[in-house]
Amino acid sequence: MKVSVSVNGSPVVAEVPDRTLLVHFLRETADLTATNVGCDTSSCGACTVLLDGKSVKSCTVLAAQADGSEVTTVEGLGGADGMHPVQRAFHTEHGLQCGFCTPGMVMAAVSLLAENPSPTEEDVRSGLEGNLCRCTGYHNIVRAVLAAARDGASQ
Amino acid sequence: MSILGTRVLRTEDPRLLTHGGIYVDDLREPELAGAARVTFVRSPVAHAEITGIDTEAALAAPGVVAVLTVKDLDDLPPPPPPPAEGEAAANEGAPLPLGGVWSEPLFAVDRVRYVGEPVAMVITDDSYQGEDAAELVSVDYEQLPPVVGIGVALDSEQLLFPGTTSNVAVNHPLAASTADFDGCDVVVEQTIVNQRLAPMPMEGRAAAARWADGKLTFWVSTQNAQISRFILAGALGLDPAAIRVIAPDVGGGFGAKVGIDRDALMVAWAAKHTGRALRWAETRSENLTGMTHGRDQLQVVKIGGTRDGQILAYHQDVVQDTGAYPRMSGFLPTLTNLMAAGSYDFPNVQAGYRVVVTNTTPISAYRGAGRPEATAAVERAVDLFATEIGMDPAEVRRKNLIPKDKFPFTTKTGAIYDSGDHVAVLDKVLEAAGYWELRAEQARRRERREVLQLGLGLATYVEITAADAAGGETARLVVHGDGTATAYTGSSAHGQGHHTAWAMLVEAELGIPMEKVTVIHGDTDLIPFGVGTYGSRSLQLGGTAVHLAAVDVKEQARRVAAELLEASEDDLELDTDSGGWQVRGDPATRRSWAEVAGHAGAAGITAETNFTEGHPTFPFGTHLAVVEVDTETGKVRLIRHITADDAGTVLNPLLVEGQRHGGIAQGAAQALLEEVVYDADGNPLTATLVDYAAITAAELPSFELVKSETPTDANPLGAKGIGEAGTIGATPAVQNAVVDALSHLGVRHVDMPATPSRVWAAISEARKQGEGE
Repeated sequence: MKVSVSVNGSPVVAEVPDRTLLVHFLRETADLTATNVGCDTSSCGACTVLLDGKSVKSCTVLAAQADGSEVTTVEGLGGADGMHPVQRAFHTEHGLQCGFCTPGMVMAAVSLLAENPSPTEEDVRSGLEGNLCRCTGYHNIVRAVLAAARDGASQ
Repeated sequence: MSILGTRVLRTEDPRLLTHGGIYVDDLREPELAGAARVTFVRSPVAHAEITGIDTEAALAAPGVVAVLTVKDLDDLPPPPPPPAEGEAAANEGAPLPLGGVWSEPLFAVDRVRYVGEPVAMVITDDSYQGEDAAELVSVDYEQLPPVVGIGVALDSEQLLFPGTTSNVAVNHPLAASTADFDGCDVVVEQTIVNQRLAPMPMEGRAAAARWADGKLTFWVSTQNAQISRFILAGALGLDPAAIRVIAPDVGGGFGAKVGIDRDALMVAWAAKHTGRALRWAETRSENLTGMTHGRDQLQVVKIGGTRDGQILAYHQDVVQDTGAYPRMSGFLPTLTNLMAAGSYDFPNVQAGYRVVVTNTTPISAYRGAGRPEATAAVERAVDLFATEIGMDPAEVRRKNLIPKDKFPFTTKTGAIYDSGDHVAVLDKVLEAAGYWELRAEQARRRERREVLQLGLGLATYVEITAADAAGGETARLVVHGDGTATAYTGSSAHGQGHHTAWAMLVEAELGIPMEKVTVIHGDTDLIPFGVGTYGSRSLQLGGTAVHLAAVDVKEQARRVAAELLEASEDDLELDTDSGGWQVRGDPATRRSWAEVAGHAGAAGITAETNFTEGHPTFPFGTHLAVVEVDTETGKVRLIRHITADDAGTVLNPLLVEGQRHGGIAQGAAQALLEEVVYDADGNPLTATLVDYAAITAAELPSFELVKSETPTDANPLGAKGIGEAGTIGATPAVQNAVVDALSHLGVRHVDMPATPSRVWAAISEARKQGEGE
């Protein structure tokens, strides 16, 4: 079927098999490979993107379901002038190591702060429960999200 | 001021944060344009004879390029000759992998030995077609009795490997005399399960391959490109010069990506066999059954001493489940034995091990690789002893730790600990935690019979890093005519921050700013020789190699600068703040690195090193876990975790803290949540992330890190390894905390993971016994 999605502000229109998952549409059709696939059960969150502003696990959304929508991936977060405050906080707080979970984790954090601009540590920890990281022990990810909140990342 | 020892933010991050890393499946190299997809057909049964494979329906499916099975493996070098009569016995005790009758094939030949074992391969134009076509490959299995679990492996008459006489692949059991325990007032014995875990890097196994013009180019998610090339050359019968292995960004390894395994080898072979460029990226379900698992030991420990807290003897007897094929785990328990007595000065220590094969996924290294198992056993044993004599576990440890003045210390099992101050790190942690206040709080909760009981768990550990110190690591450093530098390293980053750390080393020695230093790893065309990253070896070997290359470059540059400045070499100095050479004390004569390296010739100045350490290093530390246990539901919550981890001189505190955090989380995960489970027929029950309880942010607190730095003399940086300290210290600390929370109820041991059901059962059992008395 023909699917038309605005990805990071640019239209991507393509004929794809009906069963194409959004994550594969982003990786193969739009050729944006930052968004990773980390599991096959919607458990790990590596594929998290914003769909019309809200975080979704793009391995559990059909490209067809995103037809006519706006998708933001980590590539589109910072804009031309560099990093989004959440990305910057991940850098300054050492919130990433191997980097594989990072694009999904950053997008989940952006979504979390949009819903709750001043979270407590517990809010951050429960808010990121659906995103697995195997390297950082989450310690610096949590610090990064709290630091981004202090810097007004949600504005 | 030197940049070493300062908190430098990672140079890797901006790229990873804004565009994402380039992992194998992200490669868009022109050589891989139009690459076909590999999908494996895997055994759905644990133990069976293969009586037929029908590929016809799959071959007719849309997009199918080829369906390959063992019959197609006709272009490989001949297998080694069959073992002579009695060779199986001679093999016992041999290093990994055992080979001979225990050999592991590429495709299963006529028998499958675990669920997930590769049986056939489907090659399709895209991955969705691959999943469809793999379903159409029809394999006939005649099931054999499954051998699942260590007990069954030891007792069953069903053998995994024809030509063997038992399922014991390596046999060095404890043969200790009980005389060691003469003179003990108290002797405690305990059987401990160190459960099976999934390493579960966020990026699973992945590879891409292209065969063209007599050369194989192979991209693989690995911890060591050079070892991978060596394995590939042997398996495919190719000259190493005809193979280029590239490790792009690697999404975590944790020991399970050391070298390459049979699945990846087959991708390389299939690219050569079919002439098609190929890609393979496993699914998570494949990863949880096909990638090696870790741990899985059954341990019997015996500890004895006097009522005043002096421990006199300790015995450790281990059975390692190696899964279906003895890969590295034929060797791992030797490290468990070597580190048996941990950080203690026990007068009598003995250890032994056996390795058994079972119809489960092969076991290999997982963060700590043999040492966490040793620490878990001895730390549990010390707590059991402390409880038995009614002494605080901190006091028992203080009485038995190796005193500072005994270093270097030779253990009863033959390790030589280079440096340490084990009592100091214990005291630091007790103080930082407010240990005695926590004990008072625990007493109050017990007094009030509160539902939420407090538990304190200690682990004082020592571990071995760069165990293969003599294997060394390579570096090549080039300072170019434009004043920039390139460091080529045999070490292989997959999240540790080598690019930042190695650039810091170059800046510190040469004064070339980090942003002008490029670090390259994981490409055998550029770096033919190297060892890679595992066993917490990178900084002390690979980092030192870069440091020594910089020292070499500096001496060469001194000669060049002397010529340039028409001065004596002895009169020259390098100002590392400005990165310029000058006559001592005369900034007017200063020549930049660009001028000096440019004067040396078009190739700049180059140095190559291969640094080997004279001995491994032995980091040490103390972990204290504080848990709350709900005595009505059995739910455990880790509320604080305080550690001092001494890994020698610290290069970049930011990176060291990150390594500690990640290790603590994986250690707590083993103690509380994670376990790979099979049913009695060998069916994996934890083959998805819905069932395998990988730890999340919601289940962990922030960690409290205490500093400690005791340099080693094994390398000029004074550095030991830090990568695995977290799992080694945290696992027994958290487990001990759970038992400690319940000890007043009569609970003496809870096996890991301390899930609510297991904890609840332990409480109920203890209460029943209490009522019976």
